[in-house]
Amino acid sequence: MSSPSVQQRIRQHPKFAELVARRTRFALVLSLFVLVPYYSFMMVVAFNPALLHQTLGDSVITIAWPLGALLVIGSWLLTGVYIRRANGEFDELTQKVLKEATR
Amino acid sequence: MNRFSKYLGGAALALFAAAAVAAPGAMDGVEKQPVNVSAIAMFIAFVLSTLGITYWAANKTKSTADFYTAGGGITGFQNGLAIAGDYMSAATLLGLSSLIYAKGFDGFIYTISFFVGWPIILFLMAERLRNLGKFTFADIASYRLDQGKIRTFAAFGSLTVVCFYLIVQMVGAGQLIQLLFGLEYNYAVVVVGILMMVYVTFGGMVATTWVQIIKAVLLLGGGTMLMLLAFAKFGFSFETMFSTAVSVHKEGAKIMGPGSLLSNPVSAVSLSLGLLFGTAGLPHIMMRFFTVPNAKEARKSVFYATGFIGFFFLVVAVLGISAVVIVGQDPQFFEGGKVGGKIIGGGNMPVMHLAKAVGGDIFLGFLSAVAFATILAVVSGLALAGASAISHDIYARVIKKGQADAISEMRMSKIASVGIGLVAIAVGILFKDQNIAFLVALTFGVAASVNFPVLILSMYWKGLTTRGALWGGIAGLASAVGLVILSPAVWVKVLGYKEAIFPYDHPALFSMSAAFLVTWLVSVTDKSAQAKQEAEAFEEQYIRAQTGLGAAAASAH
Repeated sequence: MSSPSVQQRIRQHPKFAELVARRTRFALVLSLFVLVPYYSFMMVVAFNPALLHQTLGDSVITIAWPLGALLVIGSWLLTGVYIRRANGEFDELTQKVLKEATR
Repeated sequence: MNRFSKYLGGAALALFAAAAVAAPGAMDGVEKQPVNVSAIAMFIAFVLSTLGITYWAANKTKSTADFYTAGGGITGFQNGLAIAGDYMSAATLLGLSSLIYAKGFDGFIYTISFFVGWPIILFLMAERLRNLGKFTFADIASYRLDQGKIRTFAAFGSLTVVCFYLIVQMVGAGQLIQLLFGLEYNYAVVVVGILMMVYVTFGGMVATTWVQIIKAVLLLGGGTMLMLLAFAKFGFSFETMFSTAVSVHKEGAKIMGPGSLLSNPVSAVSLSLGLLFGTAGLPHIMMRFFTVPNAKEARKSVFYATGFIGFFFLVVAVLGISAVVIVGQDPQFFEGGKVGGKIIGGGNMPVMHLAKAVGGDIFLGFLSAVAFATILAVVSGLALAGASAISHDIYARVIKKGQADAISEMRMSKIASVGIGLVAIAVGILFKDQNIAFLVALTFGVAASVNFPVLILSMYWKGLTTRGALWGGIAGLASAVGLVILSPAVWVKVLGYKEAIFPYDHPALFSMSAAFLVTWLVSVTDKSAQAKQEAEAFEEQYIRAQTGLGAAAASAH
């Protein structure tokens, strides 16, 4: 178990505030990137389904299917974007804070 | 211990063989199929290899940390496969594909809703879960709150979800195996229960994880192969596939967009909230975050899991649509050979018939074995989560107040595993022929309204107090269970009343709101000294959640 003083030092470390602020903002923005398109999609499904029945040119395929697939693939790519930054930049910052605070 | 595992494993196999031989004589009714030799052979190969792994894992399972979390020594990639394995049950393969087969795009909306929770779990929870938790989700919920009350309540929440989900899986297992293997229902349930007990009791999380990984690889591989075989029939053209499907489906072009299934916005939102946040409240899924060494690997595992699950869901969509053409027009798959009539084996079978149509009996056998393996893996994960709630939370932390020695806690975890196995067999037999569709809504409803609120608030909100968490949890539980009872799935379909009092099948919109509201209200009005201490303890928890300072590390192997 760590002593309270380590925690105080982390708390007062300027990089800690920066880390938390940046990571929290990033996570919230990405969550919105997933939730806003998803719930917009669900609202169109509920209120104006005809919109999704439009076909792509002469094809029988409607815009509903590629949009649905895009929701799945796009959300997955966003998880990739998140871990790229979290496992790189944010983790380096965390290690730095921990190292300096526990020294 | 290992002699025991060998003995029990042998007994399970012998029982399985005996059941397979005894089955034809015991069969009656229209649903059962002749004994499927290739399916049984492939399944026995799966069972033998997983028992081998259990034997190996039993040697590695020495401490409680090994039992609960495989010592935190699983890599992100392995854990990603295992999470995907936990999440993709036989219901995913059979249920979602048959929904798309029957309803077209409406089924795809369900598929998407089952998926979208994963990125959110990564962004908002994965890291904090790993940094704060040790063995179970109750560790986090009760981190700075009253151990006796909140840990007991969280363990109770876990056990409730585990129980409901076990009933769904066991009944599904019995029916599926009876259908695919020609094995009698009760034998099937007993075989699944015993194998699950063997994996969990002797191999703990190490064995459960590897069973999960093997199953995920088989399911992904089998599903992809089936998709390629089916898609080849359309010359790998989406245009051909969809246009043929539209021309033969009884609803025609309606299957290409949203239909009647989610026309009500309240219903759509309630369903999506339940699926989204229910996923984040499933105890066997959350437990997987503690099997990796650190937050970095936890994040990676969600990235891989999300990729595998997303890929598989898209595969399932292609399977559903191609089944419309390939299965939907073939008289051999309909009762009495009447195309458009009742599908042989019931509404969940299109994907199995598709396997037979494009890959013959051998491929059908392979997919049947995969479906069985899938059920086995999911129930093992559930049993382990349930056993941990009993032995780690209730026994070691609440009854023994953290003073239990490792040997007695290990003993308790094994007793609990066997107990849950017996309960699973009992409920499997008890609920045979019952209409259990509502249990899925109940599982996700309780997970989203009881487990999720206390978990997310304990991590994010300083003001959460023991009293607030307890009353909020009770409000969530009571409203989720109450609303499901009053919903069409129980009130009309099970109890036989004419009209449902609560018109929606999924309670989450209302029960989650109730849980959050009550938690907030009781917490802010809680002026006790304990509430003050709990708010002060948030600081330490917050720093650990953000940095991993003091987080449980991987034990050496």
